[in-house]
Amino acid sequence: MIAVALSGCEGVLSTVDPAGPAARSIATLWWVMLAGGALIFGVVMTLLVLAFGRRRGSEAGARQVQVWIIGFGLGFSMTVLAALFAYGLVIGEQLLPRGGADVIRVNAEARRWTWSFTYEDAPGRMTENTLHIPAERPVDVAITSADVIHSFWVPRLAGKLDAIPGHVNVLRIEADAPGTYAGLSAEFSGPGYDRFTFSVVAHDVAGWDRFLKGAPE
Amino acid sequence: MKALERHRKLTAIWASEPGFRGWFSTVNHTDLGRMFLVTAFFFFIVGGLLAMLIRAQLATPHSDFAGPEIYNQIFTMHGTIMMFLFAIPTFEGLAVYLLPKLLGTRDLAFPRLTAYGYWCYAFGGTMLLIAMLFGIAPDSGWFMYPPLTGAIHSPGINTDFWLIGITFVEISAIAAAVEITVSVLKFRAPGMSLDKMPIFAWYALVTALMILTGFPPLILGSILLEVERAFGLPFFQADLGGDSLLWQHLFWLFGHPEVYIIFLPAAGVISTVLPVMCRTTLLGYGWIVAAAVALAFLSFGLWVHHMFTTGIPHMGLAFFSAASTLVAVPTGVQIFAWIGTMWKGRPDLRLPMLHLLGFFATFVIGGLTGVMIAVVPFNWQAHDTAFITAHLHYVLFGGFVFPIFAGLYYWLPHFTGRRRLFRLGEMAFALVFIGFHVTFLAMHWVGLMGQRRRIATYAPEDGWTAINLISSVGSFVLAIGIAMILIDVILHVLTATRARRNPWRAGTLEWAMMTPAPAYNFASLPHVSSREPLESDPALAVRLARGEGYLATSRNGWRETLTVDIASGRPDMHVIYPTNSRLPMLMSAVTGVFFLSLLLKFYWAVPLALAGVAALVWRWVWLLGRTDDPEVLPVGHGIDLPNAATTGRSPGWWGSLFLLTANATFFGSLLFGFAFLWTVAPGWPPPVWFAASPVELGIGIVGAALGPVGMRLAIRANRQGGGAMPWLALTLAGALGVAIACTAMMVRTPSPVDHAYGATLFVLGAYGLFHAALGILMAAFLGARVLRGFTSPARRAEFPIVGLWVDYLSVIGILALLAGHLPGLLA
Repeated sequence: MIAVALSGCEGVLSTVDPAGPAARSIATLWWVMLAGGALIFGVVMTLLVLAFGRRRGSEAGARQVQVWIIGFGLGFSMTVLAALFAYGLVIGEQLLPRGGADVIRVNAEARRWTWSFTYEDAPGRMTENTLHIPAERPVDVAITSADVIHSFWVPRLAGKLDAIPGHVNVLRIEADAPGTYAGLSAEFSGPGYDRFTFSVVAHDVAGWDRFLKGAPE
Repeated sequence: MKALERHRKLTAIWASEPGFRGWFSTVNHTDLGRMFLVTAFFFFIVGGLLAMLIRAQLATPHSDFAGPEIYNQIFTMHGTIMMFLFAIPTFEGLAVYLLPKLLGTRDLAFPRLTAYGYWCYAFGGTMLLIAMLFGIAPDSGWFMYPPLTGAIHSPGINTDFWLIGITFVEISAIAAAVEITVSVLKFRAPGMSLDKMPIFAWYALVTALMILTGFPPLILGSILLEVERAFGLPFFQADLGGDSLLWQHLFWLFGHPEVYIIFLPAAGVISTVLPVMCRTTLLGYGWIVAAAVALAFLSFGLWVHHMFTTGIPHMGLAFFSAASTLVAVPTGVQIFAWIGTMWKGRPDLRLPMLHLLGFFATFVIGGLTGVMIAVVPFNWQAHDTAFITAHLHYVLFGGFVFPIFAGLYYWLPHFTGRRRLFRLGEMAFALVFIGFHVTFLAMHWVGLMGQRRRIATYAPEDGWTAINLISSVGSFVLAIGIAMILIDVILHVLTATRARRNPWRAGTLEWAMMTPAPAYNFASLPHVSSREPLESDPALAVRLARGEGYLATSRNGWRETLTVDIASGRPDMHVIYPTNSRLPMLMSAVTGVFFLSLLLKFYWAVPLALAGVAALVWRWVWLLGRTDDPEVLPVGHGIDLPNAATTGRSPGWWGSLFLLTANATFFGSLLFGFAFLWTVAPGWPPPVWFAASPVELGIGIVGAALGPVGMRLAIRANRQGGGAMPWLALTLAGALGVAIACTAMMVRTPSPVDHAYGATLFVLGAYGLFHAALGILMAAFLGARVLRGFTSPARRAEFPIVGLWVDYLSVIGILALLAGHLPGLLA
């Protein structure tokens, strides 16, 4: 049963088939929110249905206001929302690109409809539409655009961040294992938007060494 | 006088011209409300057809149903039509039709303005339809992000159609908002204090105030982007000191309140219809009002949640995330108050109730996914995917379309005076409900599987094929359901079964009249002493028709009503409305010429059209006056009221106050934009600064100070029966001073096409100049009125109105000039 459900999550672009720490903690966040949301939906619908089975209510008006508006409306909503907000804030903080000795830095520049990637560890090296990174190491991608707004998104590794002309945004990504991960540009950019994709190749230690030394792609 | 005789007399006074000619000259809110609703529903069908095309395109992978050029127009127009030409006008139409009836009065505050708003909407909407028919419709998504929408990347006329057409349509939103605000505050039945207002009026008031403060940022953004496209002033170009993020801030500063501007009227419908369906009263009236007000305030603090992926620092995002989750609290209060209402009463599964249940199931899911995407990390994944598309449809269809359908079936007997004969509606509801959820529920999942919004095609290996096909099938079921509702309504209108009055046994005043509603609403105005007047007095309708209320006898063929004190509902003014006129339609046609000449780049025609509008406005206001002093008149029940023209706070004054509120938001947004570019945009500081001039600044500030002084002295002189002319001349001279200083700033600012700094100063100067010109025109108008004997110590209402505008000119003139000169003077 669970296996069937999980197989439905698989996909080269699936956010719920994570292959890196950032995407994983967001996927967990999603499952928690889905469970909580389903529960709340169930409760509200039950209350709604029960309203039909009742004879005219006998409680006094003030009591009803206490139960429905102060109890459910204010108390219940605020408790759930505060907990969720705190959870989201903690995860968000963990996902931020903070310093660290082993962080790799690369640059991504979008233009309609090509991504160009350059590497601080391999000056002069530029790849188009394929980003090379080492696996199991945090990578900070400095994202910008040469024309309109685009967005850098590798769903299985992390959330997305926009490429905005005149601004540089830094996104932390990390792949658990060597492999190829599909990437998308996720901000509408005109007629070539459908095909505006790229891929991220995560190398093992030896492969990353070879890439830095200039091995052909 | 018998009830029938009274009816004939009042009808002769209030009715529109017979036949279709009446459409063009009517200023009656019942007619215009119907016209608004029918037109909005027409656009709903058009938007729905576009949605069908979208689903046809996405039903299969590698679809070649429409190429990207056409497909991009289709989804852009779908969003644009549904938001601007369906949802907002539906609220306007409903409020225009219902409010005077709910409030126990005969029309809205400014009947001609209602008509002007309608025609601006109709003409602006037609412009967009024509663009679509010619295949040159906007194609950059309904939120129009530059630089994609800039002249470099979208050189065609498509984008201009959006910027200019929507701005034209927005005039109607602002007009309706001013109208609704003043009507709810002042035009109510005697005795209806604020706490006795029907709940829908509260929602309409809050919504109208939100339109007044929410739409100006969008109007400003559209103007700036159009000016950039047409004349090259680089507000959104990063390499010239602009910033594309400025557009996003302005757009969402409008766009998020917009969601609640759409939801709140629907919530008003729910709060009105649900208790009647449950044979009880609304639980927690005061709480619900408080929740609506809280929603309005909070909704202005969370626009950035549409921009979580733009690289704003995380702690900044946290603030907006907190606000976005917090906004769920007042929504929750309303939902649970409604469920509590159902528990309090005995719900009946009649047709409006079915749609309300559809609302609950759908909107609660939309609210829950809304809370999910308010959580920043999840938003980073979900943003710009089909998950968002699904979420927003749950919110808008659940939170607007279902309640509006409930309202449609609830008030249909009121619109037509007939009852439903065929039972198509129940079947239609089932199809709509099932079709909707089949279309959109699985769309959440396909978004999490990586399907972006706005793609035209996808590949089979993406793994989205099955869900998309299911979605498309669902959407056609939904379409059939909506077609059945349309047929049901048409059959309803055509069948000749008379309904009895007040078929739902509701307690609100709109049912205290015959149906379909007569042009004058109430033969005499009720005295309201409870929230549900019909509940406590079921015979009220008959008593009003017999003339037992206020203003029962018509005089001189006047369209008469009265206004009340805002808080207490004590009658305070006697008002005589203007009658049928083609002026509103003519004026909106000339307004249309102004927008069209901008669109087609016939710039020579722009000043002509502007002069035309100014001349028509002059005539519009001129027609209202009279040259004899109106007497204090009895309105019945021993109450005598002064005419509005003899008071200092006339409806026109209130209208100006709220129009200026919108205007001030516009100006505030412009200053925000200036500060934003200065601090955030790359490419600052500018290469050349504006050379400050103490002389020019001095002329402007002295002028700005003279205006209000002159107006105050003019008001005093007029009160004392003295000559106001010298003081009006002083006011005019003051406005002239502001005009000179602003013109100098526009002329001397560093080249506006080379840097956003110069461009912004140019626009600030132009804004000041425009208002100075208005001030000059108004002072001249008032002078002409004095000369022609339209004013007297008693007839003084026009003075404070001009005073208000001159005060405003003074404030914005000084601020605009300081924004230009001060940095240079300090440096």
